[in-house]
Amino acid sequence: MNNSFIQIHEISKHFGSVRAVDNVSFQIHEGEFFSLLGPSGCGKTTLLRLLAGFEFPTNGKLLLDGIDITSLPPDKRPTNMVFQNYAIFPHINVEKNIQFGLRKLGLSKEEIEKRVKDVLSLVKLEGYEERFSSQLSGGQRQRVALARALVRQPKVLLLDEPLGALDKKLRDEMQLELRSLQKEIGITFVFVTHDQQEAISMSDRVAVMSEGKIQQLSAPNELYKNPQNIFVSDFIGETNFLKASTKAQDGEHINVSIENLGEFKIKNNLNISENSFDVVCSIRPEAMKIDTVKSDWDICLEGKIRQTSYLGEMTKFYVETKELEKIITVSSQHFDNQSFKNNDCFISISLEDISLLNKK
Amino acid sequence: MEQKNNALLIYTLLYFAFLYVPVLFLPLFSFNDGNYMSFPLTGFTTEHYEEMWSKSNLHNALWASIKVGVVASIVSTTIALFAAKAFARYKFRGQNISYGAIMMPFLIPEIILAVSLLIIWLALGFKLGLVPVTLGHILFCTPFAMLILIARIEGFDFSLEEASRDLGENAWGTFFRVSLPLYLPGIIASLLLSFIISFDEFVLAFFLTGSDATLPMYMWAQMRFVQKLPHVLALGAVIIVFTTLIVLLAFWLRNLGQGKKKAEFGINIHE
Repeated sequence: MNNSFIQIHEISKHFGSVRAVDNVSFQIHEGEFFSLLGPSGCGKTTLLRLLAGFEFPTNGKLLLDGIDITSLPPDKRPTNMVFQNYAIFPHINVEKNIQFGLRKLGLSKEEIEKRVKDVLSLVKLEGYEERFSSQLSGGQRQRVALARALVRQPKVLLLDEPLGALDKKLRDEMQLELRSLQKEIGITFVFVTHDQQEAISMSDRVAVMSEGKIQQLSAPNELYKNPQNIFVSDFIGETNFLKASTKAQDGEHINVSIENLGEFKIKNNLNISENSFDVVCSIRPEAMKIDTVKSDWDICLEGKIRQTSYLGEMTKFYVETKELEKIITVSSQHFDNQSFKNNDCFISISLEDISLLNKK
Repeated sequence: MEQKNNALLIYTLLYFAFLYVPVLFLPLFSFNDGNYMSFPLTGFTTEHYEEMWSKSNLHNALWASIKVGVVASIVSTTIALFAAKAFARYKFRGQNISYGAIMMPFLIPEIILAVSLLIIWLALGFKLGLVPVTLGHILFCTPFAMLILIARIEGFDFSLEEASRDLGENAWGTFFRVSLPLYLPGIIASLLLSFIISFDEFVLAFFLTGSDATLPMYMWAQMRFVQKLPHVLALGAVIIVFTTLIVLLAFWLRNLGQGKKKAEFGINIHE
C-alpha cells in the first residue's frame, strides 16, 4: 500500500483575513479510513473541499497518487464526495441520480447497467430505482449519495459529516456499515466529522484539527491514551485538568508539583521543559478509583460527592476535595449513588495515569 | 367577535368590488348592441367580436405586440437569470448598490424613462419603431423578472451544483442538467409575466413606436371615434381573459414545488 497516496503539502486557505487552513502538511495512506476531526470552524470542511476541488488553496500543493491535482477542477479529479445534506438531485429518480456521473466515463450501456445494479446491491437499495429524493428517508438518501459517488469508482471517497442528520440509532448502524463497506471495497475514505466518538470508532487514523492546524495525527487509541496537547486531551473523551508546574528532569521522568497535592515523578513523554508553569496534568475520569474506604494508591484524597449522573453502564461522580480547586469527575462501573453514606468518598489516583501536557 | 368578522367581510368584498367591477364592465358592454357605454343594455350581440377579427390594422398591432413581447421577455429573463444567480449565490462588494440599480426602473416614473429613451435614441440618429420599444421594454421588464427569479433561486441548494461538478460534469453540463431544470418553473413564470408587462405597456410604446403601433397604441387610437369603441371593448375583454390566465399560470409555476423544496433541501453551511 502506498503511504503517500494523498500528499497535502504546506496547504493554506485564507478567506479574507481568516486562515481557515493554516500551512498544513500530512499524508493519507492508500486504502485507509482517515478522519478529519475538530469543532466547527476548525478548517476540516475547508480542507475536504480543497481535496474535492470546490476551493483552491492560497498556498501549497496537493498530490493524489503522484499526480498534482492542486489546480484541477472537481470534474477532473478522481475523487467523489458524499455531501452533508446528500445533495440528491430532486428532479430525477434514484437510478438517474446514480447514473448521473457515468455519462462522461464512456461506458457501454451494459456496463452502466451492471455498475448501477452492483452499487445498489452494495448499499442495499435494490427496488428503489424509481423513487425520488422526496420519497426517501434520511438513511436512504444517504445510501443514494454513497451509491452515486461509489459507482464512479473513485480513488478517494470524501465524506462531509454524512451521519450528522441521522438519529442516534441509525447513526450507530451506519457507522458500522460505512466501516465494513470501506473494508469491502478498499477505497480510501476521507471522513469529516465533529463527533469524536464517530471518528475514533471508525477510523484507521484521525487528524484532530483546531484553528486551521493539525493538532495531532495518530491512530484513535493513541489520541485517547497519549494526547499531544491540551486541546486534543480535552476534545477526545473527557478529562480532568490539574494545575501543575515542572521542576527538575530525572531520567525519563520529571518532577512535577501538582496543586496542593505535593511533588511527584511523572513520565515526560512530550519532552516538556523544566521549571515551567505553562503545564497541566490530565487524568481521565475512568482512570481514577472512587471508593468508600482509603486505598494505598500513589494519591488518595478524601472527598464529598456533589452530584452524580447515572448512565446505566456506569455512574459519573462530581467530587469536591479540599486539595483541588475544581470539582473533579470520576466514573465508576462498580458504585452508584446509593453506595456512599453522607456523600463521603475516597478518590485514588495512580501516577501512571497522569499525563503531563503543555498549556499551549 | 361575530360583528368584527362581518365588518371585515364587508371591507373585503368592497375592496374586491373596487378592484374588479370597473374591469368587468368591459366584457359586459362588449356584448351590448349599442355604440355607447351606458345603461340600460339594449340587446345581446357578438358582432363587435366579428368586427374585431376583420380589422387588419388590429392584426398588425397584435403581431407587433407579440414580437416585442416575445423578444423583451426572453432577453429580460436571460439577463435577470444571470443577475439573480449572482445575487443569490455570491456575496460581493457593491451587492446592495447594484441590486438597487437594477431595480431602479421600477421606481423611475415611466414617462421620464420614456422621454429619456426617446431623446437618446433620436440623438444617436436612429429611427423610431419597434426596436427602441423592445429595448425600452427589456429595461422595464428586467426588475420584474429579477424579483421572480431571485425568489426562486434564493434557498436553492447550491451543493446540488457542486455535486454535479463532483460527478464529472463541467460548468455547462451542470447548468443544463441540474440548474436549468430546477430553475425552470421560475424561468417560465418570469417569461410569462415579462411578456404580459410588455404586452400591456403603453407609455414607452407611445413615445418610441413611431408608425408601428403596438396593441395598446392601437386601442388608444381607436378610442377617439365613438363608432369604433365597441370592438375595442371586445378586444379589451379578450385581453383581460388571456392576461388573467397567463398571470395565474405564472403564479402557479412560480410556487410549483416551492413548499416541497423547503422540507427537502437542507441548509448548507460551509465552514
